Parts: sequence; C-alpha cells; structure tokens
Amino acid sequence: MSDKAAPAAAAGGSRAGMKKELPERFRDYKHVWVLIEMERGVVHPVSWELLGEGRKLADKLGVELAGALLAGPGDASTKAIEEAFSYGADLVYLMEDPLLADYRNQPYAAAMTDLVNTFKPEILLMGATNLGRDLAGTVATTLATGLTADCTELAIDHEGSLAATRPTFGGTLLCTIHTLNFRPQMATIRPRVMAMPEAQEGRTGRVVRHSLVMAESDIITKILDFIPDANMDKAQLAYADIVVAGGMGLGRPENFKLVTDLAQVLGAEYGCSRPVVQKGWMPAERQIGQTGKTIRPRLYIAAGISGAIQHRVGVEGSDIVLAINTDPNATIFEFAHMGIVGDALQILPALTEAFRRRLAVNRLAG
Amino acid sequence: MNIVVCIKQVPDSAQIRVHPVTNTIMRQGVPTIINPYDLYSLEAALQLRDQVGGKVTVLTMGPPMAEDALRKAMGIGADKAVLLTDRFFAGSDTLATSYALSMAITKIAEDEPVDLVFCGKQTIDGDTAQVGPGIACRLGLNQLTYVSSIEALDAKAREITVQRRSEGGVQVLKTKLPCMVTMLEGSNTIRRGSMPNVLRAGREPIKTFNAAAAGIEDVTRCGLRGSPTVVKKVFAPKPRADKAKLIDTTNRPTSDIANDAVEAIFAAAPKLQTDLVGRAAQA
Ligand SMILES: Cc1cc2nc3c(=O)[nH]c(=O)nc-3n(C[C@H](O)[C@H](O)[C@H](O)COP(=O)(O)OP(=O)(O)OC[C@H]3O[C@@H](n4cnc5c(N)ncnc54)[C@H](O)[C@@H]3O)c2cc1C
Ligand SMILES: Nc1ncnc2c1ncn2[C@@H]1O[C@H](COP(=O)(O)O)[C@@H](O)[C@H]1O
Repeated sequence: MSDKAAPAAAAGGSRAGMKKELPERFRDYKHVWVLIEMERGVVHPVSWELLGEGRKLADKLGVELAGALLAGPGDASTKAIEEAFSYGADLVYLMEDPLLADYRNQPYAAAMTDLVNTFKPEILLMGATNLGRDLAGTVATTLATGLTADCTELAIDHEGSLAATRPTFGGTLLCTIHTLNFRPQMATIRPRVMAMPEAQEGRTGRVVRHSLVMAESDIITKILDFIPDANMDKAQLAYADIVVAGGMGLGRPENFKLVTDLAQVLGAEYGCSRPVVQKGWMPAERQIGQTGKTIRPRLYIAAGISGAIQHRVGVEGSDIVLAINTDPNATIFEFAHMGIVGDALQILPALTEAFRRRLAVNRLAG
Repeated sequence: MNIVVCIKQVPDSAQIRVHPVTNTIMRQGVPTIINPYDLYSLEAALQLRDQVGGKVTVLTMGPPMAEDALRKAMGIGADKAVLLTDRFFAGSDTLATSYALSMAITKIAEDEPVDLVFCGKQTIDGDTAQVGPGIACRLGLNQLTYVSSIEALDAKAREITVQRRSEGGVQVLKTKLPCMVTMLEGSNTIRRGSMPNVLRAGREPIKTFNAAAAGIEDVTRCGLRGSPTVVKKVFAPKPRADKAKLIDTTNRPTSDIANDAVEAIFAAAPKLQTDLVGRAAQA
C-alpha cells in the first residue's frame, strides 16, 4: 500500500573501513529517522531538536535523514513537512489518516512498525515524551530490537554503530549503550537535551506517502474526551528563556515568593529542586532535573540549590547559570558560570530590584 | 478482578558499584526499597480490588532477596506474591525483562485469567518506562500509560475508563480488559500496612518461579543473551574545567552585589538585555 519510493541510496563511501557484522536480514537498513511528534495538529519541538541531532548522525554515516510524520489529514501536516525540511530532513515519510489525529498506542504502533518494516531505517529517534515513551516501548518490542531510553548524548562509533549515552542510577553514573546485532537502533531523548537547530529557509526535500491499513472498528481504545491544559497556570519551564529556581536553602515555603517576584520582573518561569516538591512547597511540574524537567534557558538563576548531579543534568544546557549559595564549597559553583556566595533571602530581593531598575532605566532611555 | 502488579526492588542510595568485566550493575550490599512509582500502581490496584472484589498478585523479577519487596507489598495489602528468579535472568535489558515478566504473567493466568496488569510509570534505577509497554505488547493487552485517575471499571462489560496525561492535556480513554496500566506519581497515596496484613506477609509462602517454571523454554531470550542492547561503558560525569566566576561580596552592600551580578549577566549576554528591555518597553 505504499509508493515504495525508497530513498536514493546515499553515498556509502564514508562507511568504508567501519566493521559491520550485521545479520543478512539487516543489511538493507539504512538512514536515520526521527519521529515528528504531532498531537492535535501541534508538533512537539523535541522533533526539531532531534532532527538537528539526527542530521549530525546522518552526515557522519553518509546517509539520509528522514522525518516520520503520523498525522490526521489537514494543513498542519503540510506545514510540519516544510518545517522538517528546514530543520534538516532530506525526506519525510507521511502517514496521513483520521485515525492518527489523536494519539493512541494501537494505530500509532501499527503505523510506525509498518513504516519501519517497509523502508528500513538503521537508526530511529523519538522524543522521550509521554507519547514517545508509550510508542517506543511497543515498537521496539514488536520489532524485537534494542531501545535506549532517555539518552543525553548520541554519537556514531568507529564501527558505524550508534553509541547512546544515558544517565543510570538516578544520574550518579552515565553509560553508553549499543544495539549491535539488531535494527533499527532505537533511542528516546528528552525534550531540551539537544539544542534546537537553526531553521534553513527554503530547504526542501521529498515526501513519501504511506497508508495506514486500519479502521476505527479495529481500534479497541476509544477517546471519549480531550481536556486541553489551561495554558495559563501550566509551567512552560522546558522552553522558557529565563528560569529562576529555589531549593531547600530558602528554608520556608513563604520564601519562594522571592523567587516568583524575581521571575515576574524578568518575565521568567520559576522552578525548584526535588526536595521542595517532596515537601509540597511547589507542584511536581515545577521540578527541575533528572526526574523533573530538563531546561535550556538563556539564563538560569539557582538560589539555595546545592547542585546535586540529578539537578545538574537538567540544567546543563543553560547558556548562563547564576548560582546563589551561602556555602562557597557548594557543588553548584562547579558548573555555574557565575556565583554569589551569600544569603539568597537577601540577594534575591536585591536582584529583583536591580533588574527592575535596570530595565526601567533602559526603557526610558530607549 | 484478577490483577497483577509488577514491582521492582531498587537500590535506595547512590552507593552503586559496577562490575569491572561485564559492566553491569552490582546490587549486593546496597539498601533496597520498592520502586516508588510502583506504589502508585499498587495502591490503584488495591482500590480496584476493594471496589469490585478479586485479588492482587505482586510479581517481581530479581535476585532471591527481592522477596523482601514482595513481603512488603503483601504487608501493604497485596493478596499473593510471585518471585521470578533465575541466574538466566541476570543482565536483562528492557526487552528481555518484559519477555520474562510476560511469561510469568501467562503462567499466573493459567490458574485464572488476568484482567489487569499494573506497572510503575518507570523505575528509578533503570528509568526507561519501557518494561510496561513491552509487557502489554507481548501479551496483547490494551495499553494505558501515564494514568492520572481511573474513572470507572465496569467488571460486567469488561471496560475501563481512565484519564491519561498527554503532552497538551488530558485524554479520557475507554478500553476493554485485559489491559496494562501505569499510574502517574501523585495520583493516589499509598495506604499503610495493617497489622494483620503485615503478620500474614511474614508467614505466607511466596511462589517462586525459575525460568522453566515460568514456561520459558528458550533461555537465550533471557538475561544478557536475550538483550539486544549492550552496555559498553559506564563512567562518572566529568567535572567542568572552569568554575563559576564569583561576584565580589566582601564588605559590600547587597544592592551593589546585585548590580554587579546584573552587569555580569548582561555583559555575557548582550542580546538577552536587548530582548528584556524590548519586552519591558512593550509591557
Ligand atoms: C533517583 C533520584 C532522582 C533525583 N531527581 C532530582 C531532580 O530531578 N531534581 C532535583 O533537584 N533533585 C533530584 N534528586 C535529589 C538530589 O539528589 C538532591 O537531593 C537535591 O537536588 C537537593 O536539593 P537542594 O539543593 O534544594 O537541597 P540541599 O541539598 O539541602 O541544598 C540546599 C543548599 O542551599 C544552601 N543554602 C542554605 N541556606 C541558604 C541561604 N539562606 N541562601 C542560599 N543558599 C543557602 C546550602 O548551602 C545548600 O547548598 C534526585 C535524587 C535521586 C536519588
Ligand atoms: N525486574 C522487574 N520486576 C518486576 N517489574 C519490573 C521489573 N523491571 C521493571 N518492572 C516494571 O516495569 C516498570 C517500568 O520499568 P522501567 O522500564 O525499568 O522504567 C516498573 O515500574 C515495574 O512496574
């Protein structure tokens, strides 16, 4: 049921010298794929982050980069395809069907498995979102291949195999995992772990359509309703430009007002470390780190946070980290760019005032 | 309702050692707990049992000492426990783990069909969130992950309705039993063990399956050999070379320190300043 427009065999030259002992049936598996995660017409930006990363892997291997888009019919997919090209995809596999408008495991897994079996990618990347994790586990099991979850670093080793690095044991250690004898090599990556690539306007590519062979009556799970999040009070931490966060060093729940005050002056999002959530001082969606949100802001201000490894892995992508801590030996000063050794309860209000004045003066001057 | 809850015994602390040859984690000597995410699923299962009747079996795959986790779960209120343990399981990745667990569940279902399998959202050691979907896929169970609340369970119609967290909102989903559910953290509060349960948990024999008893004929599908992924390297994160530039704080008023910090930030990120000023001007 497909156009079978298999991608033109890309130059295999760069692979010369790479040792490959793949079983015969996997020889045809080529190219790097990224799931373009679209839910209710909205593409999750992790898809573009992964295209950026996938581009590097594809170039290293000398193969093509493809996006796999499963979507309901409509203009949204046309726009998503254009964007995928601008972020580095050479082609997009498109499965468009009303059954794919909302996410459900059964039709998505069937669609993805069929795409993989038909067009045979060697690497398949998905976002470690609720959708991506729900789908990846099923697809990897059906294909009986290896899946490395929540990777923080991807590389191609000297044998041409995907080296997927992820934190293990709550982030105390990192490990590098390979899928040697199975294809595709699958990995999920959390949003904001990889940098957003520059969009290249006017870049185009091919679209390969493939159809889903399924009827609504085949799908056992029914969607009764969808309750969209009221965007107002939901933390947009992962994609915030500036984040201000407080840790146990703030001492009492009331003191988090100092964090939100500074965040307000900066138009920033606010967050916290894990024990603050465990104490019930802030809701779970505000937690930053390994088991919370990964952030990648232009400025991260961390007050009263010690900088444990589990916190660190969630903030390492920040352009500038300013740490405020009474303890000059706090681990956070080992990875922060700037530090103030002092009492956050005094520094935070002073910073709020300093930023307020600075922005007001510049506004008058400008 | 015949409910199976998969729980995993996980190390409680960061005292982790790595086997120098196989590069797998050595668990001996580290204090253990039930994976915290599994407790939300256990509580959801116990609530359903209390509501419609039936029994809850906790299942774990692990070394013989994982029996502690099972007894703890029985103390909380689980009716039965099965320990899946065999040296063939050592070094399993998610594919091999979900294979072994699904075989054990199939075995459990021989006595009475299983209606619901609960798994944790993820573990705190493996942290992959893949074993649940793996089990569901192998057993052909309808899959409901990231469930924030179970709205209704209709035992007669064999239907379950749940709220599921998706990226931009909450899906209300209805599906048929049998199914596999993972609960979201905070979706309920685990009950305390009761005295009679704790006493029973101490006495009750625990059913133990080795690979053969779980109906696994081909042990090459288990453990390291049955795992398509290979851990090639385990290492500690490297420290950053340059430490934070500290703002001078000696004998200075806080306002000066704050001004210096703002200067330093804007000097390092001039574009951020322009953008902030622009935004402030619009406000
Ligand atoms: C499996 C696992 C997952 C985890 N996931 C996460 C995660 O996602 N996110 C996370 O954050 N943590 C996580 N943790 C917890 C992590 O290990 C740390 O315990 C936690 O980050 C510490 O939080 P904290 O820095 O706020 O508190 P503390 O470690 O108590 O540090 C408080 C800091 O405040 C300083 N301080 C005290 N008073 C003041 C003051 N007046 N002004 C300024 N500074 C002051 C102190 O010097 C200290 O450095 C996880 C742990 C495990 C085991
Ligand atoms: N060894 C195991 N024994 C029993 N259940 C497990 C085991 N490993 C994983 N699980 C279940 O699968 C869930 C997800 O695990 P993971 O994929 O490791 O994040 C856990 O919360 C458990 O419910």
